Amino acid sequence: MIKLNQLSGLERRRRLCNNKLALRVGPFVYQVHSSLLELDDGLGTLYGDFEVVDCDSFVDFTVSVKRANPLSYLKGTADFYFDHQRPFTTFNIKNAYAFFEWGLNWCISVYPNEYLTLHAGVVAKEGRATIFPGVPGAGKSTLCAALGLAGWRVLSDEHALIPPKTSTVVPVPRPVSLKNESLEVIRRFSSGAVIGPPSGDTHKGRVAHLKSDLTADAHERNPLPVHSMVFPQYSPTDEQHLSRRSQTQSFVMAAFHSFNYSELGMEGFLTMRTLIDAVRCYDLVYRDLDWAIDTMEKLNVGMLR
Amino acid sequence: MNHLLNGTLLTPERAGEFNDRDLSILVRHARSCGLLAALCVRLKQTNQFEGLPIEAQRHLHSALVVADKQARDLKYELKWIKRALDSVNIKSVLLKGAAYILADLPSGRGRLISDIDLLIPKSKIEDAECALKEFGWHNGEYSAYDERYYRQWMHEIPPLGHPKRGSTIDVHHTILPPTAAPNVDANLLFANTVEIGDGLYGLAPIDMVIHSATHLFHEGEFHHGLRDLWDIDRMLRDFSARIPTFWRELAPRAEQLDLTDSLFHGLVYSNQVFSTPLPNHVVSQASNWSRKLKKPMMNFLFKRAFSPDQPETRWPLTDTALNALYVRSHYLRMPLRLLMPHLLRKAWTRRFQDKQTSEGITNAAEA
Repeated sequence: MIKLNQLSGLERRRRLCNNKLALRVGPFVYQVHSSLLELDDGLGTLYGDFEVVDCDSFVDFTVSVKRANPLSYLKGTADFYFDHQRPFTTFNIKNAYAFFEWGLNWCISVYPNEYLTLHAGVVAKEGRATIFPGVPGAGKSTLCAALGLAGWRVLSDEHALIPPKTSTVVPVPRPVSLKNESLEVIRRFSSGAVIGPPSGDTHKGRVAHLKSDLTADAHERNPLPVHSMVFPQYSPTDEQHLSRRSQTQSFVMAAFHSFNYSELGMEGFLTMRTLIDAVRCYDLVYRDLDWAIDTMEKLNVGMLR
Repeated sequence: MNHLLNGTLLTPERAGEFNDRDLSILVRHARSCGLLAALCVRLKQTNQFEGLPIEAQRHLHSALVVADKQARDLKYELKWIKRALDSVNIKSVLLKGAAYILADLPSGRGRLISDIDLLIPKSKIEDAECALKEFGWHNGEYSAYDERYYRQWMHEIPPLGHPKRGSTIDVHHTILPPTAAPNVDANLLFANTVEIGDGLYGLAPIDMVIHSATHLFHEGEFHHGLRDLWDIDRMLRDFSARIPTFWRELAPRAEQLDLTDSLFHGLVYSNQVFSTPLPNHVVSQASNWSRKLKKPMMNFLFKRAFSPDQPETRWPLTDTALNALYVRSHYLRMPLRLLMPHLLRKAWTRRFQDKQTSEGITNAAEA
């Protein structure tokens, strides 16, 4: 097995430019193509520990970021391509790296239906996974990032892939996306945080990505049993607390934040039921990351109920 | 490589010989043409699916999950459409994808649809529109000009969307704009409709084929060109096997409907791309119609429109060909004396609107 950081910078760049770079991301293989320096830079910084796959193996998603035509050099724009087609509108080249990461997310959000896919962060410690279903802006990525920097395994900050009728989750590790203030929060939290190319002003504000495959087992592919489902909410004013949350409400919320619950029909319902039956659900209101991590540790070892 | 997708759709047994790289290209081509679920159906029918590597299976399966979900949703929407139209005594006649799925035709299994097409007699279109609105569908926001354009010059009214369930209905009163050259008598179509589901109707099989070809060859966007041609191939094979008089009645019906050009193209390209078997008498009849058609030019354009737009199958000048087909579709839709003012007006308002929208976005961002 070759990791990306075992290739020289020149070799990485050559493969990226010539559409000869394929990376394994959890259960998927992405073939990535770009001649933009930002992309090469980001991949070098954030994807060093990802497995490089032979391009003759099965490729799940073919993606590229490039300038659509000579005019885009003048305008300073670029496009994201999936299957050689453009699913998004053109963007400012300063945001190329952020759009690349969103594009990779988008592939998983839209296409695979062999899992029930929840919009959620997923972390694990000692083989027990916790799912953070996400309302955007609730602070799930920040919490994932901090836990990752505190020694937890980050399985994803965007997708919880649940194999049908199980209460397990399949890891799909990727850099964690941090927006606006949470970037500063994480930089303050850990001086060792490895952060990729920052974007300019996107529709979601300023974005950069944190390398979060820091544990030895970060790229292992076996599903992990889900231990709890925690709905995080960052709040600078409310009192910090962890409290039990109704299983039924959690079912409905998680289904609502799923990408394919209704596509899967009956199977989606049964999978969600199996999952919810097997886990305990909580609300976590936090202000202080150290407190939140301590609480998660206690929850994970059964010291809190 | 050019025949990877078409070839596998026709002879799914080939898939057993493919290596991982071939399979991932096949999946990508099928996905980009909207044919991945249809491919899955073909592979399952021929017992090839189980033998494929799991990496390929899961993409095929995932696409079929989406198609099945659409078919489920369609049947639910149709329940309400029927209720709405029954309330004003209008027969629900479905066109295209919705009809193929409901009639459970070979082209319906794994078929993706983006909206539900209905055919309603022109005299009843207002009643139908009111009834559908009472049941929750609404017109989107259209400018007075667009509204008038649809109602005066088109064969359909502005699409009706359901804000809660997200379904879209296109209500047509005939199958081509009244301004197009062929003079189609919609009454002939209504006269032959057949029941394809519980109190729901579709065009007669022959009319279904002719309409499918007409739609495809008057269309301006060919992103789903190959898929639409696959519909035609499937229907030709299925109907001709089930209906003894099919081939005998097909050409005369196209003449009666004034749609021989479209049927000619449908037959020729279905045969070229999917090797659809055509009886000799149909071929010779069709070649009589074709004298006035510019064949080399059309071959140049359609070869590009019916190849997956992917690096392995892309012909040189594909963009030019697709643009030419887009222009052609407008030219077929209305005479130049109507088309030119319309396009000028559209170009003008678009410029103006773009400016307005981008200002709107900036204002919203600042607020």
